Amino acid sequence: MLESYLRTRLKEKEILLMTHIVLGYPTFEDSFKIIEAMVEAGVDIMELQIPFSEPIADGPVILHANQKSLAGGATVQKCLDFAQEVAQAFDISFLFMSYYNILFKYGVDRFASETAKRGLQGAIVPDLPPEEGQTYLRAMQEHNLAPIFIFSPTTPDDRMEYLASFGRGFIYCVARKGVTGADTTFSEQLDSYLARCRKATDLPLALGFGVKEKRDIDFLKGKVDIAVIGSQTIRLVEKEGVGVVGSFIKKLR
Amino acid sequence: MIDRGYYGEFGGAFLPEILVATFDELVEEFQKAKNDPSFWEEYTEIMSTYSCRPTPLTFAENLTKHFGGARIYIKREDLNHTGAHKANNVMGQGLLVKRMGKTRVIAETGAGQHGGATATMAAKFGFKCTIYMGEVDVERQRPNVFWMERLGAEVIPVREGTRILKDAINEAFRDWVTNMDNTHYVLGTACGPHPFPEMVSYFQSIIGTEARKQILDREGRLPTRVYACVGGGSNAMGIFSGFFDDPVELVGVEAAGRGLNSGQHATRLSSKDASIGVAQGYKTYFLQDQDGQMKETHSVAAGLDYVGVSPILSNLRESGRVRFEAATDREVVDALSLTIKKEGLIPALESAHAFVQVFKEAPTLSKDDIILINQSGRGDKDIFTVADAFADPGWQEFIKKKAEGYRHA
Ligand SMILES: Cc1ncc(COP(=O)(O)O)c(C=O)c1O
Repeated sequence: MLESYLRTRLKEKEILLMTHIVLGYPTFEDSFKIIEAMVEAGVDIMELQIPFSEPIADGPVILHANQKSLAGGATVQKCLDFAQEVAQAFDISFLFMSYYNILFKYGVDRFASETAKRGLQGAIVPDLPPEEGQTYLRAMQEHNLAPIFIFSPTTPDDRMEYLASFGRGFIYCVARKGVTGADTTFSEQLDSYLARCRKATDLPLALGFGVKEKRDIDFLKGKVDIAVIGSQTIRLVEKEGVGVVGSFIKKLR
Repeated sequence: MIDRGYYGEFGGAFLPEILVATFDELVEEFQKAKNDPSFWEEYTEIMSTYSCRPTPLTFAENLTKHFGGARIYIKREDLNHTGAHKANNVMGQGLLVKRMGKTRVIAETGAGQHGGATATMAAKFGFKCTIYMGEVDVERQRPNVFWMERLGAEVIPVREGTRILKDAINEAFRDWVTNMDNTHYVLGTACGPHPFPEMVSYFQSIIGTEARKQILDREGRLPTRVYACVGGGSNAMGIFSGFFDDPVELVGVEAAGRGLNSGQHATRLSSKDASIGVAQGYKTYFLQDQDGQMKETHSVAAGLDYVGVSPILSNLRESGRVRFEAATDREVVDALSLTIKKEGLIPALESAHAFVQVFKEAPTLSKDDIILINQSGRGDKDIFTVADAFADPGWQEFIKKKAEGYRHA
């Protein structure tokens, strides 16, 4: 169970780290090396994004990674096989992240069953609110997987509670409006939002969008359980190569 | 979420959480407006004083004679202000924006007609305006870009993905999730998450309501068939909605591009190449591969060059209420040419798709039958594309001279 895994780790660490990569970007071999370096550097949980041609909630960095991965020949089947390989090789939790059409075309039940069979713990599907996700929710429950739901600063209190009632594992709180990759100001303003999130659920809270350096993570300590680093590692890999990922992650916490 | 808008199994609201509150507000405001009789009055008032509503119904006497079959009538949406049916939707949404107190509008555009209409509305109502347009479409509809910029809009060429309409929609959504507090996204067709398919069709229904009355006044009976081109489906929904309860056959015409077997087309409902999927916030037929990745599409008409289609039309196809056909680029240019020569009308390349199908079917009907075509827009915007299609030597000479002149400017 994802939640108990997180709670166990939280006994030893003040804050957990979740990272995000786009599978097959720049290549599947590189994806493997990046994951290896991240696990070695102490990352606790990872989102493996299955690329989609229309990633509407993603900003330019992750959008381009999606496009290049697809242009390089990534398929859903390759992503599933690759995920199985890393889930066996590394002793942390992995989640799939993708847009609903990928699940829908693959077959939602079949997708959930493959996710479980290949040793992943759950999924994040940013364009699937619970209202549209009845089949998905049933399938995830049947296979003992965590459907991760998202809170945003525009989400009213009662809707946070509604979303939390479907969530398992943890809740993903986005730090601000907008798409992935833009800057976030980590300030007192965030505090009142996080207090609302905390009040709405007993599940662990993750915070993402714009987290990119130690200062941000220090700010989040004691406020959330998991800090999410997304676009920043992709940017880093693009600029300086796969080799620097480990040292970047180690310096964060 | 207040409600989700399903048409059979199609439609819905597959929204990122950040937009749910914005859509709830929009759904609520639209419901309020619909229930307020003064809103539709205000809408028809502005459409009759700022645009040219009711638009006329033209009897195409020469085309009728030429084909020797059904009597052909043309609903003249090209005579709207800004030259297409797009104005109907845009002015309606503009009035809603005023009610919501927002100050900025954004839109996607393919042909540039929707972008132009939105920029016009923004100028009139005093809104800030940003238009997203695929780089490929910026090239092929350059005159509309010029006018949007003169109208004060910022036109952002979209270089992502296939660089056409669908990619412009993605970029507009990315803007909206950041700026929803002061910004409304004026979606240009009967697609996207609820309430857009319903709301856009609602404003476009003014076409069908007028056309039904006009044909009854003129002929004393209903048409046998009604034809419209189908991009996202808004002009088709507009004219069809006047005849849903009548014994009238409805025909939607999609873009067959370089041919149905070429893989380079945009036929979602009239070929077997599309399958059901979920993208851009709604469920419908998409041109996609087995994994659910969207495919590249092609049409000579930028406004029909789109991977998805209105969920309402997908449902009307499943039920058999609407028949779907397709016209190739080549057929479209020929139909355009004939219409210009015979009637002195210049339909947009998009609209000309409907004419192609009419020209195939009119001769097979009797002189007692009536056919109604929706001429969704005028063709001035297509001057570069059409001049190329005709390889017009005088035009090429003119462009060369013009370019030469700028070299020294
Ligand atoms: C003149 C004209 N007709 C038709 C269309 C297609 O849109 P829809 O199918 O929504 O009517 C467009 C879109 O740009 C257009 O400009």
